[in-house]
Amino acid sequence: MNAQIAVLLGQDGISNGAIYALLALSIVLVFTVTRVLLIPQGEFVSYGALTMAAIQAGQPSAIVWLLALLCAGSAAVDVAQVLMRSERAPALRWAFAGKLLYPLVMIGLVYTLPLATLPMALQIALTLALLMPLGPLLYRLVFQPIADAPALVLLIVAIALHVSMVGVGLLVFGPGGASTTPLVDAMVEVGGVRIKGQTLCVIAVALVLIGALYLLSNRTLYGKALRAAAMNRMGARLMGISPVFAGKATFFLAALVGAMSGVLIAPMTAIYYDSGFIISLKGFIGSIIGGLVSYPIAALGAVAVGLIEAFSAFWASTYKEIIVFTLIIPVLLWLSLTSRRVEEDEA
Amino acid sequence: MSIRTLKSVIALAIVAAAAAPALAQVKIGVVTSATGPTSLVGIPQKNTVPLLPTKIGDLTVEYIYRDDASDTTNSVTEVKKLISESNIDALIGPSGSPNAVGVIQFVADAGVPMLAPVGTAAVVLPMTEPKKWVFKTTQNDDIIAKALVGQMVKSKVKTLGMIALNDPYGENWVKVMTDLAAKNDIKIVATERFLRTDTSVTAQSLKVLAAAPDAVLVAAAGGPTVLPETTLVDQGYKGQIYQTHGAALPDFLKLGGKKVDGTILAASLMLVLPEVPDSNPSKKMASDYIAAYEKLNGSKPATFGANVYDAGLLLQKAIPIAAQKAKPGTKEFRAALRDALEQTKELVATQGVYNMTPADHSGFDDRGRELIVVKDGNWKLLK
Repeated sequence: MNAQIAVLLGQDGISNGAIYALLALSIVLVFTVTRVLLIPQGEFVSYGALTMAAIQAGQPSAIVWLLALLCAGSAAVDVAQVLMRSERAPALRWAFAGKLLYPLVMIGLVYTLPLATLPMALQIALTLALLMPLGPLLYRLVFQPIADAPALVLLIVAIALHVSMVGVGLLVFGPGGASTTPLVDAMVEVGGVRIKGQTLCVIAVALVLIGALYLLSNRTLYGKALRAAAMNRMGARLMGISPVFAGKATFFLAALVGAMSGVLIAPMTAIYYDSGFIISLKGFIGSIIGGLVSYPIAALGAVAVGLIEAFSAFWASTYKEIIVFTLIIPVLLWLSLTSRRVEEDEA
Repeated sequence: MSIRTLKSVIALAIVAAAAAPALAQVKIGVVTSATGPTSLVGIPQKNTVPLLPTKIGDLTVEYIYRDDASDTTNSVTEVKKLISESNIDALIGPSGSPNAVGVIQFVADAGVPMLAPVGTAAVVLPMTEPKKWVFKTTQNDDIIAKALVGQMVKSKVKTLGMIALNDPYGENWVKVMTDLAAKNDIKIVATERFLRTDTSVTAQSLKVLAAAPDAVLVAAAGGPTVLPETTLVDQGYKGQIYQTHGAALPDFLKLGGKKVDGTILAASLMLVLPEVPDSNPSKKMASDYIAAYEKLNGSKPATFGANVYDAGLLLQKAIPIAAQKAKPGTKEFRAALRDALEQTKELVATQGVYNMTPADHSGFDDRGRELIVVKDGNWKLLK
């Protein structure tokens, strides 16, 4: 172990840690607003990576049909509620029209555009446009009907959703893995140490997303509404903040962060339809370190997980996973010994 | 329910019974992992089942297919169900090495011969009482390893580094290579492990680079074979990189691209079929299999499918011999089938020529592997 190896390992740890930090933040965001532990977060990552790979290979990805199916299902549920004259029925206006038109537009784009030759920015935009709506659609279909259930029920449903999404991933993307061309194909020399352009890109995008999330939650009205819903659900409802809107908005952000992480991680290694889970699990450790409450500590914790993973892989590669996951135990012990018990607000 | 519904139900039942297929005489259970992490192996195997012989001599053969989703508990459950409910005479599968190891005890207790198309030699070596019921239709690791080490000795390799998967496949390879390297005067200077789900093996390859070996062997199977090699190349490793037969997939070439050019591996002749001389008996078998598979599925098969096809060929030879001693569906038939499989001599199959003995239930010799090099994104025979 000399300085050069330490720098290389640190670089590797930080670039992995940046991805874990993004996932940790979205898990904390979703949990605080909706009390759902988003286990399927990893599936957004693998879907993002595999969709990007399919687009770069020029194949119209079958994910557009999943999007169409979910949009149709959501529209059907809306129509059913109106027909049954339920008091929760939404007014069938622009949002409904959007649900019907958006998948058609996407299908048209995916099948007519020359996918493989598009500039990379457009390819990323197309990937995000295909995957971001999946978040609010899944919230609408799966979690909104049980939004008031105890957190344990939400967790079990989230696990069930994760298992089905892995199965759907196998159906849509096949068992083979895929990787994409690097976003930035350059090596930068900083003080005699070679840093990959890809690493800098990952860290830059992660910082931009974290900064955007921070600005969103502190400077915009919608962001403050989300923070209010996170702090006290009943109070936010009394103030006129729709919990349904809050849920859909957080799931939208979670899908955005997940898909973007997938796009960032795809050039580094081959992603399979089931590799998203273990990546999100490491982000989950970061969010546990933040107590599922604090954003900065969750982000720092996730970066620490990345660094510990890199260094323990160097020193004891056989026990790397054991070391990383055993981290949870002292953190949980410390959290449970130092925090005061608070009655859960069953809002 | 009313008389009318009762009548229609009875009528339906009679029609269904009349339309039921004639009872098959020999039942073979097939368990593969068509979903889950091992699906890259299990899907071509599942697609080969329609190509297996359905009539052997006078007997009709029925194949009962089950998917174990790459989960070892599922494999055990499915095999137990096949043995107790479907009364199978033989089992082909499971696809994964840990799944196969988990099932051995149960097939041995029930006396059902098992043909396992798995990579690990642990299912047949060292030979124990339960393992007498297991036959392996893939090349043993030590045959591949001997070919690789032979090439290393020819290239005057003195130090070797290994990056292995942290599972039974990698473990067995480390064991086999440690033995062979010691016998051939090659020193193993670094052994690192990684997991299938790892997104980066930078640390492990840095450690291997620091030891500066003459050659590096990557012992993994499927997609994970690519990551350690591309990481080593990215970090500037200039020595020769060897792969095991676990890298014998089209995915290896697709995911590795230019970075895996020059890799040497030893694998089945199916990868370099056009270059193999016509005098090789397995060439015709393999071409026929590939043509039949392509006609049915529209794409070329991976070598994993050929392992199941070979199991079918082994059974095709052994079932008539066993049928002379006992009736299918009985315990005596299964014991006779096991004995007949063990006596297989010079059976030409797609992967090589099988010669089973009581001590060697894998049956391959040097005709079962070829030294292959990756050139310009294609497999080429190493001359």
